[in-house]
Amino acid sequence: LAVPPEIPKEDGRPKWDNKFQYILSCIGFAVGLGNVWRFPYLCQIHGGGAFLIPYFIALIFEGIPLLHLELALGQCLRKGSIGAWNTISPYLGGVGAGSWMVSVLVSLYYNTVLTWVMWYFINSFQEPLPWSVCPLNENRTGLNTECYESTAVNYFWYRKTLNITPDVTESGTLQWWLILCLATCWAIVYLCTIRGIETTGKVIYVTAIFPYLVLTIFLIQGLTLPGATDGLAYLFTPNLSTLKNPHVWLDAATQIFFSLSLGFGGLIAFSSYNPPKNDCEKDAVTVAIVNSMTSIYASIPVFSVLGFKATTGYWDCLDRNIISIINEFDLPEESILRQNYTAWISFLNSSYPEKIAGLKLRSCDLQEFLDQSVSGTGLAFIVFTQAIILMPGSQAWAILFFIMLFSLGLSSMFGNIEGVFTPLLELQIISKSIPKELLSGTICLICFLIALCFTLGSGSYWIDIFDRYAGSLPLLVIAFFEVIGVVYVYKIKRFSKDVKRMTGRNPNPYWQITWRFISPLLLLIVFVAFVTLQVQKSPTYAAWNPEYEGFPMKEEKVYPPWVLAICVLLAVLPCVFVPLVALLQLIKLICRSKEPSCVPPEVFSCQGTNS
Amino acid sequence: MLRVLLLTLSVAAIADAELCKPDAQNAFKVRFSIKTALGDNAYAWDANEEYLFKAMMAFAMRKYSRKSTTQISNVLLCNVTDRVSFWFVVTDSSRNVTTVPGSEVEAAIRMNRHRINNAFLLSDKTLQFLKITSTLSPPVEPSTPVWLIVFGVVLCLIVAGIIFLVVTGIRQQKKKNKESTERETLEEKSEVTVTVENGIPCEALDLKAGHINGVFAADDERFTSL
Repeated sequence: LAVPPEIPKEDGRPKWDNKFQYILSCIGFAVGLGNVWRFPYLCQIHGGGAFLIPYFIALIFEGIPLLHLELALGQCLRKGSIGAWNTISPYLGGVGAGSWMVSVLVSLYYNTVLTWVMWYFINSFQEPLPWSVCPLNENRTGLNTECYESTAVNYFWYRKTLNITPDVTESGTLQWWLILCLATCWAIVYLCTIRGIETTGKVIYVTAIFPYLVLTIFLIQGLTLPGATDGLAYLFTPNLSTLKNPHVWLDAATQIFFSLSLGFGGLIAFSSYNPPKNDCEKDAVTVAIVNSMTSIYASIPVFSVLGFKATTGYWDCLDRNIISIINEFDLPEESILRQNYTAWISFLNSSYPEKIAGLKLRSCDLQEFLDQSVSGTGLAFIVFTQAIILMPGSQAWAILFFIMLFSLGLSSMFGNIEGVFTPLLELQIISKSIPKELLSGTICLICFLIALCFTLGSGSYWIDIFDRYAGSLPLLVIAFFEVIGVVYVYKIKRFSKDVKRMTGRNPNPYWQITWRFISPLLLLIVFVAFVTLQVQKSPTYAAWNPEYEGFPMKEEKVYPPWVLAICVLLAVLPCVFVPLVALLQLIKLICRSKEPSCVPPEVFSCQGTNS
Repeated sequence: MLRVLLLTLSVAAIADAELCKPDAQNAFKVRFSIKTALGDNAYAWDANEEYLFKAMMAFAMRKYSRKSTTQISNVLLCNVTDRVSFWFVVTDSSRNVTTVPGSEVEAAIRMNRHRINNAFLLSDKTLQFLKITSTLSPPVEPSTPVWLIVFGVVLCLIVAGIIFLVVTGIRQQKKKNKESTERETLEEKSEVTVTVENGIPCEALDLKAGHINGVFAADDERFTSL
């Protein structure tokens, strides 16, 4: 009777089913909503094709080295962010704690953005689309005023979805439809992350690959739309003079940094589940390049559709003017077409200038329509939805678009949740007593309850605050200390030896130079520039206020002091862990050295973890 | 005789011109946008279409005030342009030189707008009576909002998925616990390890004196290598 030998899990740690799953998870984490709605916008406002130059420079000198560093770190130490940094040096444990804190804060508001996507998705099954028509007002004499003065799309977003309040201090009420969608989103996240990478690894095949399919479909559709070439030409025409502006370089550096999701601890968590002998150098280069290529690939359909929207807007403007002229002068229909509009206008202006002036014609300029650049939620929920109404078969396009956004966001959420989940699993108190399902359920439930704040009337203002302050500055600080910690505390020679053991070759001079000097320096410059810019511009926000005289333009309001205090708290809280933990360790050391029996701290090396 | 006839005709024409002119009292401007509505199937505007319009106006007046005896000749058109827009008035049949009050004409048109539009294959937007605004139709609202249905479907699927995963997780955990307790009891039982082969303790066998059975010796190849 032979008992078959068990295949031993070396340290009881879960593993990826295969390498492809791991790469897909990293790509899914890096490729998120920002690739679709931030990169094309930056390209547009910073001189089109010329923006790619600072973007690729930032990728080579900042993005890829930092990514390689994080992946190698996780793979070598085989622990989540908190455990990994505690192992590198107890004084640097704060870096891990900071990463964990940022992951928590970002998970909170990121899923609320997915809630909005889900709300639009389930509303896309109606005919006609609810954001295409204005509802009537109470006594049915005309259209709803707020909707009439802005547009139906704006009305659906600001009133029907967000039910936004005119000021961040007015909280409004909880919107029950958003609460339902938020619960659904957190249920989906729970379903997918219930057992950590065992379950996300299965889902990632769909959520990471599906967006590419939809982008391709949109690419084909977008290129067939009229006006697409105008949009693309506008996007990609390089304007090299913009490179003289330091803002462009700063935006490129921050975009690369945030796009690769560095500093969250999620990448460290993912690579900690790898087998020790895995080529992390190739992985890092692959993930970074795929991420950048996806950004560029996504901007093509986005700009085709935006070009189409601008062209349709321009044609509508022309048509309205033509109708006014025809009605005023009683000319036969189709006597003035779009092509000979300018000829007619100049003729009529010379012969009947007062009549033309009396018509109050709006000047139609295609460039002006193309210049209306939007990024972020405005792009997806206002501009794109408006363009979708104009396409034939709009329900199908809307459904596809919002499923794509949902998958993009969901795969990024997996990384965020892993960044929260993995360090908690490694804490001794938790891992012994609680099954994984319960831990992930608790995390999701707590996050859901806190995120209910974002379903208030003022919720979207708070999400902007979180995005601007919690999801930006602390990451720069954490990444800076990551590089410094590995290179100067852990010592680059030891790290190079570990990388050699894992990949089989010594890191070449490119890595050495970027890790040692270029990346920390770049991060420091970006951090200083970022802080200076944030401090210089007064903290204002754009509020949607129907009572405002300039409505439908947004009203610029200043944050009240207590909100500013929260902004500063959000930015400082994760960063403060770094010095705090170092201080605590110092105090512990001083207390310990006062006692007669002191045990010197063990010298740690990567090989120790494999036993 | 002829002269009297001509005189009466010219008087009538002047009277008509007095009653029907742009911005006259009780006159309405009408605008047709036939090409916009029908595209390639657009019909040309000619005297026959004008006749139809007069007929529709007379029909509307008759339907509105049942006792009225409005004739087609009571509807006067003027200032027809290439745009296909013109002014019209409805004269009172009993008193020749006065026009029917604008409010009555407006009410009559409102009542029969749908029929008038259909006669010309147009809609409220393409057949405009410039002073008469059309009432808006309320949007169609289904009894249960569609989004709730979709939401319900999505939520049911997710809850089913979660329950499934949690239940399988619990089952796996139970199996693991059972296996580990079994292994523990096995190890406890075999504290004194006696290798047993087919119920015969190995020490009892004289391995050296045994015969090697050729059939069984080749058996190792039956098992697939790990």
